[in-house]
Amino acid sequence: MENVKAFKNPLIWRTQLFINNEYVNSVSGKTFEIENPSTEDIICRVQEGDKADVDKAVSAARRAMERNSPWRTMDSADRGKIIHKMADIIERDAAYIASLETMDNGKPFASALGDVGFSVAILRYYAGLCDKIEGKTLAMPNGKFGYTRYEPVGVVAAITPWNFPFLMSTLKVSQILAAGNAFVLKPPEQTPLTSLLYGDVAIEAGVPPGIVNIICGFGPTAGAALTAHKDVNKVAFTGSREVGHIIQKASGESNLKRVTLELGGKSALIIGKSADLEKVVPLAQDGCYVNMGQTCCALTRTFVHEDVYDEFVRLSAEYANESRAKIGDPFQDGIKYGPQVDKVQFDKILDLIESGKKEGAKLECGGGRLNEKGYFLEPTVFSNVTDNMRIAQEEIFGPVQQIMKFSSLEEAIDRANDSDYGLVAAVFTNDLSEALYLSQELEAGQIWVNDFMLMAPNTPFGGYKQSGIGRELGFDGLLSYLEIKTVLVKL
Amino acid sequence: MTTVKYTKLFYNNDWHNAVSGRTFPAVNPADGSKLCDVAEADSSDVDIAVGLAKKTFEIGAPWRSIDASKRGLMLLKLADLYERDIDYLAELETANCGKLLSDSKGDVKFSAGVIRYYAGWCDKICGQNIPCDGDYFAVTKKQPVGVCAAITPWNYPIAMFTLKLAPILACGNVFIGKPAEQSPLTALYIAALCVEAGFPPGVVAVLPGYGPTAGAALANNMEVNKITFTGSTEVGKLIMKASGDSNLKRVTLELGGKSPNIIFADYDNLEYAAMVAQEAAMTNMGQCCCAGTRTFVQEQIYDKFVEMSRVLAEARVVGSPKDDMSQHGPQIDKCQKDKIMELIESGKKEGAKVVYGGMSLDKEGFWVEPTVFADVGDEMRIAKEEIFGPVQSIFKFKTLEEVVKRANNTQYGLGGAVFTKDIDKAYTVASSIDAGTVWINCYNAGEANTPFGGFKMSGIGREYGEESLNNYLETKTVILQVPKKIN
Repeated sequence: MENVKAFKNPLIWRTQLFINNEYVNSVSGKTFEIENPSTEDIICRVQEGDKADVDKAVSAARRAMERNSPWRTMDSADRGKIIHKMADIIERDAAYIASLETMDNGKPFASALGDVGFSVAILRYYAGLCDKIEGKTLAMPNGKFGYTRYEPVGVVAAITPWNFPFLMSTLKVSQILAAGNAFVLKPPEQTPLTSLLYGDVAIEAGVPPGIVNIICGFGPTAGAALTAHKDVNKVAFTGSREVGHIIQKASGESNLKRVTLELGGKSALIIGKSADLEKVVPLAQDGCYVNMGQTCCALTRTFVHEDVYDEFVRLSAEYANESRAKIGDPFQDGIKYGPQVDKVQFDKILDLIESGKKEGAKLECGGGRLNEKGYFLEPTVFSNVTDNMRIAQEEIFGPVQQIMKFSSLEEAIDRANDSDYGLVAAVFTNDLSEALYLSQELEAGQIWVNDFMLMAPNTPFGGYKQSGIGRELGFDGLLSYLEIKTVLVKL
Repeated sequence: MTTVKYTKLFYNNDWHNAVSGRTFPAVNPADGSKLCDVAEADSSDVDIAVGLAKKTFEIGAPWRSIDASKRGLMLLKLADLYERDIDYLAELETANCGKLLSDSKGDVKFSAGVIRYYAGWCDKICGQNIPCDGDYFAVTKKQPVGVCAAITPWNYPIAMFTLKLAPILACGNVFIGKPAEQSPLTALYIAALCVEAGFPPGVVAVLPGYGPTAGAALANNMEVNKITFTGSTEVGKLIMKASGDSNLKRVTLELGGKSPNIIFADYDNLEYAAMVAQEAAMTNMGQCCCAGTRTFVQEQIYDKFVEMSRVLAEARVVGSPKDDMSQHGPQIDKCQKDKIMELIESGKKEGAKVVYGGMSLDKEGFWVEPTVFADVGDEMRIAKEEIFGPVQSIFKFKTLEEVVKRANNTQYGLGGAVFTKDIDKAYTVASSIDAGTVWINCYNAGEANTPFGGFKMSGIGREYGEESLNNYLETKTVILQVPKKIN
């Protein structure tokens, strides 16, 4: 998207819940406040949904998924056309959506615009997939005929996070709709404003009523009501590992709704002794600080070969200090990093930084607050980090880089794998054999070679171990929103 | 009078006279009048276009490294342009090939849907990661096959042209089309739309001309990697031979048919079956490769069925293809008309009963009456040879085993249909008929995602659907040695 300018004080268009193609207040009438993390100002209040609203939304979704409903009987190519229309609408309104995202979340406008562009690409990928979801005919013995059908799983609860609000909601919406389902989206309470626009997008694109529903609210209330609901067939959650466990339990306690989880990570980056440091130092730090560190797949454990370790640390501190000038008002041109999303995150990161100092890591630079107003943090680099420290094991979700030393590749692999997480592992090398070997050995859903944030609409993404269950994006991503039915006929 | 915008050869995103300077006339079959002169491509023009196509497809050229999803966006734009210009395209189609205007409009709409279908495939064409024995990393890559020649017929000019153009471009190839000499005008207009949709120069070429000259030049060219042809079985065989004589270019063929439509007595709506059966034989004035040209009717319902078919044929409205009320227009040209009449005469001579029609119309243009034969014998010429005219032949049968044998007693194998309420009969007949598509209780149904093609001499390969992509891809297996393999 070129030459797109920000609206510096965008109008907050939608603050109500969206049920059955209508924006409505919550049953209780309660609201909650939304903060701009760059200024700490309260910018609006949003309707707060709870169990009563979730019940209304799920009923609307269930009706819209009845056997003879317009959505169930629509040609798959027509469903694709509707999703293409949604992409067109979002592309048309990219400047507004990105501006609203920057005000609500604090990410620089250029990043928000990038998120909207990627969202459009994802919608278009899935729009083109609708009429290509094919079952098989089966080779059956003894005069029987068999085939499989891929059917929509039903009513989906989608619970999305605050770090890439519009993009994460789009990721769920596009897969859910391409597979022919209905959904109730609970966007993050910290940053719901852009997700709320999906109601207008759905109406303009021609989605039948009841297919798209949006209930704003909090996890323990609205979120829990969704995950406990007996009439929800599936829950797709992106967020913290702790809440992921809760959702998995809730499925067991209710109706065994299918669960996919995209959770956190403590992704390792391995840098060998032949690395070109000039190239690799900026990449390594950018890959750690991406989105102010608020990224599930940030590269937060940097394993550096002992031969280049000292120089790597020195250059990393230098690069971090250069970044200070690029932290500020996310609406300003040339800004690379905005604030953290809220005080809770801000305090948590500072607490983990303290633990790093206390447990004996060396603070190379940063470590504290930047600016008087807004949740801005200094870019922070720790060296001499050992694997048992809290900063080496816990997800920090801030601009804090951990640099660890290793002697042999085998050692680096074992230490990288010694984690409850397994989202990404990255390798910076020009040695082809080394790249392929590491790709096999590292226990992570994504292996990135020579870059970070490598993903596209058609590349499946998800976690090993406690980084999640299931995959999103690509054709594989769609499978978790479908139910396979096998039809067998005796002739 | 429809204005014709483009009459020259198209390549390099521009319009050119033929090297020879020759032209040929484009005709309106409804009244035989000339629409315009069109540049006539020959082997010299084919050489230029192929040379350009080869350069466009070279490693290092932009088209070889364009994002797959961007190809998809261009195709989506092309589909939008079809819809924007639907009225003009449909009018031009009808003027150049005599197709009913309502059918031309339908073909444009269907074609836009086909383009959109293939647009969605661009970034979903995947290879595989294969667990082979030994310390190896093995993957397959699906690469575009290269320079693709597409020779398209006059019976569904827009639809057939689009059916080749869309997947060829979706898979990342370069395209050289030779539309039928009877009906080149809409292909040339579509070429202009390709420019508007953003396809770079060299990716699309359209060379109107004749089979024995331009067509043969493409089929024999040593730098064309793939040829896809829809047309007669006779020419299909020539193209296979040309591939063998030249560079073994990959070949897909969609050829003729003599498709059986089998109606069992247990089907509970005889009127509906009779209507579908006649439409299956008569649609597009019988100029349809998968037309239901052999209607097999079970003896219990035979007489009633024949009488219903007579009534339907009599009611069929013959008139100008531009007229909304018309259901039947002209044949494409004199050559076809003469061939059809010759076969109709043979039917009369060999003892088939003329239930309705059997005559040509005495007026400007190339008109043949809707014709129904009953009591047709399997050995008659009208039972064996493709007529490609508005002629329905009705045969009587007793049992399922008998009719399946008779239905399969042909070198063709394109389509087939069965009308029955009984699930066992439906499954047995569908599985037993040697045809690429079998319809149950319907005829000519099909969408962008249902594969279509011939058994036996009705063709090689399938079009539409995911399978069709294989026509335009080449699989490359890459095997890399690794120090140690792990599962």
